[in-house]
Amino acid sequence: MQASEIRALFSVVSRPEVVSLAGGMPAVTALPLDAVGSMIGELVSGMGAQTLQYGSGQGDPRLRERICDVMALEGIHDASPSEVVVTVGSQQGLDLVTRVFCDPGDVVLAEGPSYVGALGVFQAAQARVRHVAMDDDGLIPEALEEALADCRANGDRVKFLYTVPNFHNPAGVTLSEERREAVMAIAEKHDLLIIEDNPYGLLGFEQEPLRALRARNSQRVIYLGSFSKTFSPGLRVGWVLAPLAVREKLVLATEAQVLCPPSLTQYAVARYLDTQPWREQIKIFAELYRERRDAALDSLAALMPAGTAWTQPQGGFYVWLKLPHGLDAKRMQPRAVGAHVAYVPGIGFFADGNGREFMRLSYCYPEPDQIREGVRRLARVIEAELDLHSTFDQVDTGSFRAITPGHDAESIVGPANSDTYEDGR
Amino acid sequence: MSETAPAPEPAAAADAPPLRAVVLAGGLTFEREVSLSSGTQVVEGLTRAGIDAELRDADAELLPGLAAAPADAVFIALHGATGEDGALRAVLDLAGVPYVGSAAAACRLAWDKPAAKSVVRSAGITTPDWVALPHSTFRELGAGAVLDLMVARLGLPLMVKPASGGSALGVQKVSRVEDLPAAMVSCFAYGDTVMVERYVEGVEVALAVVDLGDGPQALPAVEIEPESGVFDYSSRYTPGLTEYHAPARLDEDVARRAAELAVRVHEVLGLADLSRTDAIITPDGEVHFLEVNVSPGLTETSMFPMAVEAAGFELGEVLARLLANRAGRSR
Repeated sequence: MQASEIRALFSVVSRPEVVSLAGGMPAVTALPLDAVGSMIGELVSGMGAQTLQYGSGQGDPRLRERICDVMALEGIHDASPSEVVVTVGSQQGLDLVTRVFCDPGDVVLAEGPSYVGALGVFQAAQARVRHVAMDDDGLIPEALEEALADCRANGDRVKFLYTVPNFHNPAGVTLSEERREAVMAIAEKHDLLIIEDNPYGLLGFEQEPLRALRARNSQRVIYLGSFSKTFSPGLRVGWVLAPLAVREKLVLATEAQVLCPPSLTQYAVARYLDTQPWREQIKIFAELYRERRDAALDSLAALMPAGTAWTQPQGGFYVWLKLPHGLDAKRMQPRAVGAHVAYVPGIGFFADGNGREFMRLSYCYPEPDQIREGVRRLARVIEAELDLHSTFDQVDTGSFRAITPGHDAESIVGPANSDTYEDGR
Repeated sequence: MSETAPAPEPAAAADAPPLRAVVLAGGLTFEREVSLSSGTQVVEGLTRAGIDAELRDADAELLPGLAAAPADAVFIALHGATGEDGALRAVLDLAGVPYVGSAAAACRLAWDKPAAKSVVRSAGITTPDWVALPHSTFRELGAGAVLDLMVARLGLPLMVKPASGGSALGVQKVSRVEDLPAAMVSCFAYGDTVMVERYVEGVEVALAVVDLGDGPQALPAVEIEPESGVFDYSSRYTPGLTEYHAPARLDEDVARRAAELAVRVHEVLGLADLSRTDAIITPDGEVHFLEVNVSPGLTETSMFPMAVEAAGFELGEVLARLLANRAGRSR
């Protein structure tokens, strides 16, 4: 099944009958929309000369200051606004960093699974992705060491490790405190650059954010941040925090791409941070997502057939589900669409064709009741698929008889439907 | 070509009020994306032909919408279930809304590929041997024994396809017996009955039939030459992945027999207005019926519009004429 087929299957997701556990859309309607609306209106009516004009390639200085305040919440206290480059979402930030560092054939290390949008960026740069295994505590340090050793043995040029340490997309897991230290030690030992992508870090349900990797080492980590999950993805405002030497290259690259990030949305974010209770709003978001996470985990526990396993996210948007042995999430997708439930097959989160038995479930957008209904439908789909596999998996085609060539099969007609056409005429 | 249609009449007189058409596209099936693309083309074509055409999804808003703002006729550009299996048309019949295309019962027959093949074969038309079975048969009789029989009787390669549905979704060519169980599993994800068909080597053609009021006429055959060798979903809807020849590069005699077959299929299945028969022409010139579509794709890369163009017609004019006929107004 090609990508275009997957897209075709997804086209029904826009219909309200379908419960989509596929998309990762933030619940923006939980924002104080009236307040945000008047704020943006005033930015145009009162400050149009600035907000509708070109801006600095590096991004609005006032916003860059406020971005440093945001990063302080995750332990980054030494960031200077001069090290921040505002980007069109952190997606553009990752693209810039990849363009600056990667030549065709270079190797990028990334968790397996990894964020699908990052894999797209690496593919466009013709970089090769070497996945590093993860478990419930995130990236496995020993697997990282092993990957580095393999690459060295192969003569591969490893340009960086790309990691989403908090509430991983798609795996839902978080890199533990001990492992953060271990990963930084490995980076130091092997002179490894780390790209820390952290869009979900402030959306934890149970505890305060863990200190960012960037907070532990300012020279070895390039940090990608985003307002897409804490404020609005439609504004497309993200950033890169990088050492000055790298920052200069990023600014040149972004000027070549987009000249400057959009002024209006940068002013909107800066004004939002200046005038609105944004920390409280993040708590409102987290509480809403926690309720939806609970709906997802409770119904998975109640309904999934034996042999199904899933992660227990403590924040963010996603559950990563492993199907019972032998099932293939991509092959099962038409059945799921037919049952009016959508998910993202796991294979899309691997650059090497792995992940067939996995799927990503998003609980961020549907209401808890819809999530429960979606999981109910999904459980029935998996059960039907298990039933199908129990029929066909044991077939030993090696024992089939020889083919009888030229056999006249005129009498072979469709017995399963032989009554259908008679009353249909 | 003797079976091609005459050119449509000139458009309606300028003083008549424009016909109002509702074009149905979207739906809740695997083919939603294709359908939306078809529907957009239909709306553009009808608008060019001077018809007031509006695109709508087949959802809970449809019937109240049609009641509030009646259409002179509906054009169904829905692919897949509901649009093609006759269900929606039965509802439009209940509502007394005229629509372009085949009646509900004929659609139901054509939608069921094995049933349609039975009828077509009974009428003396060649079609590859097949067997269609639900999952329960494999479970109850043992999948190994049933698949063994299928391979022994039908040989290899085999075509494995869902018993209903279009756009080649779920269709696979199986050349090695060890790939057959996995192909069955994939195919059953699309529906509860799978049709396994003997593979016939040859040139694949699409045979469009249109009835502008004076009986079904075949349009020139469109020959399909997929770059990959298999005319699957990607080959169909990715521009450049398939080369089409319209009219097909066929001998005059073969082209005539292909056209006759398409018209005959249209007639024996009781179809109306338009259809597209997919067929294989073997190297010795034999035409094999594969399946027929009552709601053929009308996207920019679809074969029905290519056939219309190859006949020297304008798609919008042809669709407008079909619509006007159903609305009881001549064009």
